[in-house]
Amino acid sequence: MLAADAGLSRSKTSARGPRWLWPSLAMPGALWLAVLFLLPFYVALAVAGGTVNPLFFSPEPVWNPLSWRSVYLGQVWSDLFGAHAYLGQTVLRTLAYVVIASAICLLIAYPVAYFVARQSRHKGMYLVALVAPFWVSYMMRMLAWQNLLQNGGLVNHILTATRLITEPVSWLSGNPVTVVLGLVYGYVPYLIIVLYAGLDRIDQALLEAARDLGLGRIRTFLHVTLPLSRQVIYAGALITALPMAGDFYTNTMLSGVPTTTMIGNVISNSLSTPGQSGDGAVLVLFLLLALLAPMVWYVRSSSRAGTAGELL
Amino acid sequence: MSTGTSSVAAPVTRAASGVHHRARLRRVRRPSLLRGFVWLYLLWSLVPVALAILFSFNSGSSVTEWQGFSLRWYTGDPYYSVLHDPALHDAVIQTLRLAVLTTLVAVPVGVLFAIGVNRWRSRQASAWTFLMLLAFVMPELIFGVGIFLLLTNLLTFVRLGTTAQFLALVAWNISWPAIIVRARLASIGGDYEEAAMDLGASSLGAVRRVLLPMLFPAVFASTVLVFAGVVDDFVIVDLLSSNAQSQPMSVIIYTLGAHGGSAAAPALNALATVMFVMSIATVAIGWFVYRWLTRGEKGGSALSLGPLTGS
Repeated sequence: MLAADAGLSRSKTSARGPRWLWPSLAMPGALWLAVLFLLPFYVALAVAGGTVNPLFFSPEPVWNPLSWRSVYLGQVWSDLFGAHAYLGQTVLRTLAYVVIASAICLLIAYPVAYFVARQSRHKGMYLVALVAPFWVSYMMRMLAWQNLLQNGGLVNHILTATRLITEPVSWLSGNPVTVVLGLVYGYVPYLIIVLYAGLDRIDQALLEAARDLGLGRIRTFLHVTLPLSRQVIYAGALITALPMAGDFYTNTMLSGVPTTTMIGNVISNSLSTPGQSGDGAVLVLFLLLALLAPMVWYVRSSSRAGTAGELL
Repeated sequence: MSTGTSSVAAPVTRAASGVHHRARLRRVRRPSLLRGFVWLYLLWSLVPVALAILFSFNSGSSVTEWQGFSLRWYTGDPYYSVLHDPALHDAVIQTLRLAVLTTLVAVPVGVLFAIGVNRWRSRQASAWTFLMLLAFVMPELIFGVGIFLLLTNLLTFVRLGTTAQFLALVAWNISWPAIIVRARLASIGGDYEEAAMDLGASSLGAVRRVLLPMLFPAVFASTVLVFAGVVDDFVIVDLLSSNAQSQPMSVIIYTLGAHGGSAAAPALNALATVMFVMSIATVAIGWFVYRWLTRGEKGGSALSLGPLTGS
């Protein structure tokens, strides 16, 4: 609402002042982003299109786009789709983990966000509790689960004591359940905050109108709240799925075994392996290509919603 | 803690808390099933971390069996404690160094970027805004690998290590102040500046004397966010660290903790607790100062929490 008024008065102001002033205020940030955010993609293309130095196994980037070669591309392509396609499996696994973890995240986050948004008396207290994990470092939260899930850890203790299992489960050596739960645990607070911001903005008068017109609670939810929150569900699912797709540390902290390797692990390993940063560059560009459409959708829809800060 | 769902607050309280339009809905009895679910979630999300903190005070070297309280893993142990293990306390220093440097640069740059782009009406301005928002949603791995390739192949005069980490963290964190200040600019509008200029201020003077003071809460909120964000950052600092000296806390926890149970496992918990205290202290101070700065503004606590949570 405010954004609309602001837009009107803003157009008056910007006519004032010397023409060089506003661009020069924006310039340091713009340059910083150009050099360290935009330029890297060109370098990644140059490395991906280059060759490897046979002596030092260091990448030899080719800067002229016209002479880019497809050495690395061919390699990655055959890893993905060829006879020994070990990467193809990794990509599918990553996709499966991200989809399953995002779905679980939504199933947890929506009810929680809905409940807190409908709270009137203890909202502040609930919000503080919801935001708390947001400020605990991600690594610490993974470390916490690592403590709990050890063979002699608390989780196995409880499960054996309640006779749910007869002998300790080894959670931390390549258990896909652990990795997915780790991802859920890591990213669900972000989703809750995004959903909360969206649900809290729904006009209460609409809900009251629906109920005054005789809709039950469940039908009010299905016909009013849910449709009104569709946009924020998409946005929230995206804002959690995007970093998950590039996650490699959750996996390393909670599994570290090749059977649960995600695409992020392959990329981060390729950088530290001599002669493989070209493969890493190709894979990062693939990942970027796969995620670019949802990212652009997100940026555009959040700009349309007025200010981006509101949707985030 | 548990609220009587059927109890209706006195009208006075309603008006005072400013949620009277919502209070009318309260005649709807909230299902306790949902409440139970929320409490289960809160337990699940907070208890593991609380236990990790607890076991950092364990006197034995187990992270699963309580052997008595001690500060062994913080100060006592001559080899493995955070105080005495050089790797651990270097990590604390490196984290602080990066957080302070990045905040000092990223916040002013981001704020100026937001003001400049907001007032500079052109295609270019929206293109830069788009780029800034794209950087915000870019997975950190793509962002970090890009900078790694840039610094190892093109700008090779920047060595990996603190400088590289600093440059990359600033780029990664410009978006926070830019987005928050952008939102704030939209709600302030142009009238105040207009008035200042009608009274004879130059446009730069109006920015400095009128706009910046009004933006101060937003600037402050983004300072807190950037600082706490850098303390928590992992991917960029990991990819761009060169040796043990340039590994901040998150990277140490990752490298030492990756494959479970080392001899000094509780020392990692202690390090993580130090990290936790640092971000919580930042946020707590930030929150109170923010409340104080925005006192008397419409919206009260909910609004002040907004920028801090990024919502």
